[in-house]
Amino acid sequence: MSTLDDKAKGVMDDDAAHAEGGEDTGAGGFIILFFIIGFAASMVLGWVVFPQFLYSQKQQPFSFNHALHVGEVGDGCESCHFFREDGSFSGIPKLAQCTECHEEPMGETEDEAIFVEQYVTRDREVPWLSYSRQPDCVFFSHVAHVVGAKMDCVTCHGHIGESESSRPYEYNRVTGYSRDIWGKNIAGFKRNSWDRMKMDDCAQCHKEAGIIHTSSVQTERDACFVCHK
Amino acid sequence: MKVDRRSFLSFVIGGAAGTALSPLPWKLIDDSSIWSQMWPWTPVPPDGEVVYEDSTCSLCPGGCGISVRKVDNRAVKIEGKKGHPVNDGGICILGLSGLQLLYGPTRIKTPMKRIGERGEGKWRKISWDEATAILTEKLTDIRNRGEAHTVAAIAESDSGTVPALLQRFMTAYGSPNFIRTSSQVDADELAVKTLFGATGRAGFDLENADYVLSFGAGLVDGWGSPVRMFRAGSLWKEKNVAVVQVEPRLSNSAAKATRWVPINPGTEADLALGIAAVLVSQNMVDTGGVSGFGSWKSDLLSNYPTQKVSQTTGVAADVIVDLAKGFAKADRPLALCGRGKGLVAGSLRETAAVYALNALAGNINRTGGMWAVPESDYIQWPKAATDKLASAGLRQPRIDGAGAGRYADSRYLPNRLADGVNGEGPYPLQVLLVAGANPCHDLPDSKNVRAAFARIPFIVSFSSFNDETSAMADLLLPDHVYLERYEDVPVGAGLARQVIGLSRPVVSAQFNTRHLGETVIAAARAMGGSIADAFPWPDYETCLEETLGEKWDTLMETGVWVENDIDPVADTVRLAGMDAPAIQAEGDVDRFPLLLVPYDSIRISGGTIGDPPFMIKTVADTVIKGKDGFVEVNPQTASAAGLTEGDMATLSTPRGEVRVRIHLFEGIKPGVAAMARGLGHTAYDGYLAEKGVNVNELIGPVEDPSSGHDAAWGIRAKLAKA
Repeated sequence: MSTLDDKAKGVMDDDAAHAEGGEDTGAGGFIILFFIIGFAASMVLGWVVFPQFLYSQKQQPFSFNHALHVGEVGDGCESCHFFREDGSFSGIPKLAQCTECHEEPMGETEDEAIFVEQYVTRDREVPWLSYSRQPDCVFFSHVAHVVGAKMDCVTCHGHIGESESSRPYEYNRVTGYSRDIWGKNIAGFKRNSWDRMKMDDCAQCHKEAGIIHTSSVQTERDACFVCHK
Repeated sequence: MKVDRRSFLSFVIGGAAGTALSPLPWKLIDDSSIWSQMWPWTPVPPDGEVVYEDSTCSLCPGGCGISVRKVDNRAVKIEGKKGHPVNDGGICILGLSGLQLLYGPTRIKTPMKRIGERGEGKWRKISWDEATAILTEKLTDIRNRGEAHTVAAIAESDSGTVPALLQRFMTAYGSPNFIRTSSQVDADELAVKTLFGATGRAGFDLENADYVLSFGAGLVDGWGSPVRMFRAGSLWKEKNVAVVQVEPRLSNSAAKATRWVPINPGTEADLALGIAAVLVSQNMVDTGGVSGFGSWKSDLLSNYPTQKVSQTTGVAADVIVDLAKGFAKADRPLALCGRGKGLVAGSLRETAAVYALNALAGNINRTGGMWAVPESDYIQWPKAATDKLASAGLRQPRIDGAGAGRYADSRYLPNRLADGVNGEGPYPLQVLLVAGANPCHDLPDSKNVRAAFARIPFIVSFSSFNDETSAMADLLLPDHVYLERYEDVPVGAGLARQVIGLSRPVVSAQFNTRHLGETVIAAARAMGGSIADAFPWPDYETCLEETLGEKWDTLMETGVWVENDIDPVADTVRLAGMDAPAIQAEGDVDRFPLLLVPYDSIRISGGTIGDPPFMIKTVADTVIKGKDGFVEVNPQTASAAGLTEGDMATLSTPRGEVRVRIHLFEGIKPGVAAMARGLGHTAYDGYLAEKGVNVNELIGPVEDPSSGHDAAWGIRAKLAKA
């Protein structure tokens, strides 16, 4: 028995001696250093490298100058992005709409040449990439917001009407959806109302505007199926 | 620096803490949940402008108005057109599935020429110019040899401008062989001609009838204009109209009727005449609208005493009397006939007997009664001039024998085509043009039909689909499907008014197909001479517009032209045509103790068009299961043969033998077996091909002695455990 006790005591003394010794303080520092290295590396990975990997880019078929067109048309955004008679929203214009003016090339830019040669003369729709396309499970009515609530296009789409060229279309490699839905900021922070278009953003705006529907009897709030048909 | 275990752990913990404070895990969780909610491979219908385009459905003779919902240029749904005089917003399952025919994989996408063995399915794509040249060179060559009559054409209809153009082509070319596929229309036309002494068809004012006596007509199984029938059925329920269904099998129509009278198969005419005899003997008839009643009456009373009729039909004597009284007491009784969907011509005896019942009830050309409706006469083209070669060809007898000798009363006898080609006809056939018909599946005695087709050196199919007949063709000249083309659709289908619908292109042609009307006009023009002269129109649309004249504007505006004010072909019914012998089922009673009868279902397309995938999915697994087809028998019949539900059995008839599964059904008489019609396709797509059995493999045509029409209602059969 005594032999075992002695051995145990010896080990404990040994440990205590190490802890108090000068060279052991360095080991503690290393531990903290490694913690910091691990922490920093993962932060860089999560904040910088991961977003680079998560999103991929595509270029639009050719660059579109919104600012120029808004200056030419009489009715602002709705000149091209109009509401149909049944209240549905036309979204990105179809070729037929563009050719109302662009039967012949207008202007001498390279983009105009691509448009006319590749699409107008071949009667092919332009495969525009939509920055604002919500997933298919989301039902969103433009007319309820723009005509009903008299909201401005800028509130959700930002100042795209003032852009002079088309920025690259970024999409999420996992979901396939546009980066504009989650927002440019990887943390999900937003400075402007149009920076992000997730469900929380819908809810936030509805809450701020005091628009609480009570289509669900249980929750006395909006029911899921109002937006998720 | 020593990286020990603790440092490593510390690094990992630091990494974990950093990761937790970075967006990586949270964003990945969110993204993967979005990904899993909307799998990228789930098809998302493209968004776009929604428009409705109105047209007319021509998948069956019903003539329903349709509204096709489109998103941009893609048709996404077919709905019934509200306010349409035929279907008023309703639609049947076939009409609803029409888009699968338009966009489905069974389309023939371009003209093609056979390069492999016949039926092997090896084709070479050719241009329309080459296709027209092949056709016209072949036809010109035959005609120049003085053999124009050896060309035949078979089409689903003979009314409307497209069949009329084909008919005109045959006349100008010099062939008497334009053949319309068989249906109840054949017996109806003949019965109207026999009873009323004029050309026309019977129309039934079903909506105003207050007692309906149906001799096997599948009221809700696709008879007449199917959607109109559903609506009439609902109306009868609302108004408590008595509906009596006389049929050997408890069909959906029988189940929906207020009374089902099971009858021995093939004895419907006897029951109708038996009921007539009761009416006459009890003085319950209105003879104001009939002629020849005196002599007919004594024949009727001596030949159809109630007891004898009861024995023949298997219907109890008191039931016969009861039916007669019900029919007589009603204000506006109506008797109908044509088995199931009316896909077989049927006998004159039966049709005339049922129409005579209507006459005796005094309901001819009255509200709620039977109308003698004239044929539509809007196609007023000058007669096609025929040159010497054509006149010589037209003087030749028809390959099917119709219109001459013992078949003098018939117009078309497709049931005799196969025999005609197989050596019984007056000459061998060199070319067969097939338009809107699928004889290789739909004609009775498939084996004989296949043998006939193998003998015809050159077969041209205008079908839009890979059906059994186009598989046997040498040249494919695919027509647009109905949603891609203009066409007038004159509607018969038992309507008590004249209706013409207009089919309009809902979408542009999806493939390199061409309107049959255009193909005929182009071929005629390419052949020159009197044939080209007979076709003065530059294109089909001009032909259609000119032909419809003042109706064109109405049709373009509303999609349908209706004449409610019917001027009947005659008012008096001459009682005749009922003395022919009854049609017996083929086969020896000792060798084949059972009777096999085909039945129709609204879920199985019985005509030229095969079931689209949506529709075949609705067929119960007591009709087809996997690839196996079923035969329905009474449990008594099954147990006598040692069979139980689901057993595999061999069903043989004098015409063929197949393997089927057994479905036990109390709603069928012992000794009778029933099988669904319209299955057992070998062509079309994987959804339809090889499923079930084609009942035409088992049944042969039985000629009606008075006309030559196919009047087969069944065949003798034998069941044995497989």
